[in-house]
Amino acid sequence: MSSVLNYIRQLGHWVLGRVERTGRASVFITEVLAGTFTALARFNLVRHQIFSVGVLTLLIITVSGLFVGMVLGLQGYYTLSDFGAESSLGLLVALSLTRELGPVVAALLFAGRAGSALTAEIGLMKATEQLAGMEMMAVNPLTRVIAPRFLAGLISMPLLAAIFTAMGVWGGQIVGVGLIGVDDGIFWSRMQSGVDFYDDVLNGVIKSVVFGFVVTWIAVFEGYDCVPTSEGVSRATTRTVVNASLAVLGLDFVLTSLMFGEI
Amino acid sequence: MESESLVDLDEVVFYRGERAIFNGLSLKIPRAKVTVILGGSGTGKTTLLNLIGGRLRPAAGDVRVDGLSVPALKTRELYTLRKRMGLLFQSGALLTDLSVFENVAFPIREHTRLPETLIRTLVLLKLELVGLRGAHRLMPAELSGGMARRVALARAIALDPMMVMYDEPFTGLDPISKGITVKLIRELNDALGMTSIVVTHDVEEACTIADYVYLVGGGKVIAQGNAAEMLASEGEDVKQFMNGLPDGPVPFHYPAAEYVQDLLDGADR
Amino acid sequence: MGSNKAMELAVGVFVLAGIIALVFLAMKVGNLSTASVNEAYHVQARFDNIGQLKTRAPVTIGGVRVGRVSDIKIDENFYALVTMKIDSSYHKIPSDSGATILTAGLLGEQYISLEPGGADESLKEGDELLVTQSALVLEKLISQFLYSKAEETPASK
Repeated sequence: MSSVLNYIRQLGHWVLGRVERTGRASVFITEVLAGTFTALARFNLVRHQIFSVGVLTLLIITVSGLFVGMVLGLQGYYTLSDFGAESSLGLLVALSLTRELGPVVAALLFAGRAGSALTAEIGLMKATEQLAGMEMMAVNPLTRVIAPRFLAGLISMPLLAAIFTAMGVWGGQIVGVGLIGVDDGIFWSRMQSGVDFYDDVLNGVIKSVVFGFVVTWIAVFEGYDCVPTSEGVSRATTRTVVNASLAVLGLDFVLTSLMFGEI
Repeated sequence: MESESLVDLDEVVFYRGERAIFNGLSLKIPRAKVTVILGGSGTGKTTLLNLIGGRLRPAAGDVRVDGLSVPALKTRELYTLRKRMGLLFQSGALLTDLSVFENVAFPIREHTRLPETLIRTLVLLKLELVGLRGAHRLMPAELSGGMARRVALARAIALDPMMVMYDEPFTGLDPISKGITVKLIRELNDALGMTSIVVTHDVEEACTIADYVYLVGGGKVIAQGNAAEMLASEGEDVKQFMNGLPDGPVPFHYPAAEYVQDLLDGADR
Repeated sequence: MGSNKAMELAVGVFVLAGIIALVFLAMKVGNLSTASVNEAYHVQARFDNIGQLKTRAPVTIGGVRVGRVSDIKIDENFYALVTMKIDSSYHKIPSDSGATILTAGLLGEQYISLEPGGADESLKEGDELLVTQSALVLEKLISQFLYSKAEETPASK
């Protein structure tokens, strides 16, 4: 009997720990957001971070986008041809990408490549006492180190998602028009008449901004909050990728039902 | 009316988890002198520096720096106070993506709007004081441990603080580097009119430069006095520490069960 | 620092690429250029049955899109009241034009096709199209067909 109580107690302890952590993360993000104004004033710091966070993720985004688009073109064609609706291939590829695959997959890739790198970098700075050193030099690390990285993630994410989607559409065209032989004009015209800027493209952009906020938040927080040992940093990096991915997928469901649900 | 002591710890109580690191610790750091705080590992010497620097808050008691009560300060005021303090971490804590020059220039750039030429002069001046002016282009990864600490020292005095705290500055250094560090601490203190607090367990080096010594243990101050007084002290704790005796008030054996019994228990299994 | 310049260039290229991608998506993939950020006026029409017609469905004349369905409601007499937003550049549509609900292709979405009448007056904001033809409902078609077939058979006896 006492072991059951023990388990329940442990569960309660874990839940409380989670809640406390979430609270810490919320206080953290408000302080970081307050620091973004100062960070914007020193834009070269932000620009440096956009490079390491955004530019260096470009390669995986472009290549993945291309492949995803190509697969969509292929799979989409086979499915649509059952209904005699091959002419809608362009529309299928474009809608899938702008509404869902673009923002979501780009965010997942971002979390894995840039998010984990951010966590590791900040965690390492914590472990080698660089953050503490800054504090003692009366420099707030949240403003000097974290805020520029956060801004960079927020700016880069929508751009990366857009590039992913554009590459995907191109990939779909390469396969659909180039390989399979769907008519080029029909491919584009059906797409253009069916994809709405406000409903589809803009919603996708809004999603990618939200994802950028959440993924970067998780990445910098895990690094800042980690146990300052090598093991702690590595565990924090793993946590970033897992938590950020789950958050993206969960938020995607929420956002999709808000945006595309039958009103 | 300036008080005699720059830093004043008054019956400080501090817990880490359930353990009381400090249980009524009181000490005064006199101005313009080198004060050494001795203590064994785990007696909370680094915690002490963090309390003075405001990174930790005592559960009870007060920490006063230059008349200001540190735990009571608001963040902005704390940051203003920290500009007048330098802290030398055990590892140096240099920013790894900046060069030696940039590291020393960091606090100057962050807190002042001095023109580049003036910054350059200041940085080279500080580096010259620690003997590393020629290394200003190197990256922290290219420095030895001792050199990294010297750069960190140059950085700590970049804004001409009123006090510098040294966290275990002699630990892990070869004899030459130790000698250099000893010389620097003493000379900088006198040349710049600073107050120096050195936290260490290296008795020999400490006694060479100390104007005043505190021996900390069991959450309190065990003994205090100038170097000569400490070495001559008859107190058991003090004698064991100052002379490096392997057994005494701090026992050699970790608490364990009865020896014979322990061995016999093992044989039965 | 040379690497600084290269980095600035890379960031600039990255941001530019992102913006180009966004513009591409807006223009070539979506249809921002034809999306009505222009002026428009509203007209209404009542139908017995709108079938699968949804809001944002196109409103066409002779196959060319002139507007979109902006609202679908039920009026007091339980007719389907459809509000259409017509682009202001098409301001010469005769007021006695007819509105029919057609289907695009076999599986396509339903849309409204306007047949221009002969009146001199043009449609204005708030006007109602009185000539309407509802959507073809498959079940009704089938029962009509069977009924007419059933009518034929006694005659052949």
